[in-house]
Amino acid sequence: MIEITSKPITREKIIQAAESPKAGALNVFIGTVRSNTSNKKVIRLEYECYEAMAKSEIQKIIDQAYTRWPLLKVAISHRTGILAIGDEAIVLAVSTPHRKESFEACQFIIDTLKQTVPIWKKEIYEGGEEWVSAHP
Amino acid sequence: MKFTVKAFGVARDMMGGKEVTIEIMGSKVIDLRKGLISYYPELEKLRSLFIAVNQNYSEDVTELKETDEIALIPPVSGG
Repeated sequence: MIEITSKPITREKIIQAAESPKAGALNVFIGTVRSNTSNKKVIRLEYECYEAMAKSEIQKIIDQAYTRWPLLKVAISHRTGILAIGDEAIVLAVSTPHRKESFEACQFIIDTLKQTVPIWKKEIYEGGEEWVSAHP
Repeated sequence: MKFTVKAFGVARDMMGGKEVTIEIMGSKVIDLRKGLISYYPELEKLRSLFIAVNQNYSEDVTELKETDEIALIPPVSGG
C-alpha cells in the first residue's frame, strides 16, 4: 500500500496494512518534524510532491526490497503540504518472518526514498526559508 | 521543438511557474537541459538536476517527443 496524503497520516491504518499472519516482525519507521536544524529554529515544513512519479518510484524501491529480503507486506504513507513541529511526515511499516530482515528492509526503503523519490521539503525557520539539500 | 516542462520545489521558484513552455534546438534530454539552463541560469547552481520523461528518470541521450510528460527534478528531500 502506497499513500500520498495532504491530511494527517493515520499510523494505525499503515501498520494494519502491513500485518500478516506469517510475520514474526513488523518494523515501523515514523519520520517526524523536528524543531531545530543546523542551529536554526524551525517554524514549519512545506512538502511538495510529483505524485504520480513519487508513487511509481516508491513502488520500484519496494519491488527492489522484495528481491533482497523475504518481505511479507510493506505499507507507506507520505504527507504533503504544511507540517508543524512534531507532525508525522512519513510512516513506513514492513513485515517479515524474522526481525533482522525487517530492520534492514525498513532502513533500505527509507534511505532510498530520500535519494530517489520526487518529494521536496522547504524549511521555514526563524529569519528565512530554504529548500532542503537544493544547493551544494 | 517545443516542450512543456513541469517544475517542482526550488526549480519552480527559479523558473517562476509550475509549468513552462520552452522552444529549443534538438530533441534529446541533454538539449532540453542546456536550453533550460540558458533560459534559467540559476538552475546550474543546484546540487543535481534530473529530467523525468513520462514519470521516469531519463538519461541525456533519451529522445523527447513534444507530447511527453516532462518534469524537472531538483535535488529531492522527502522523508
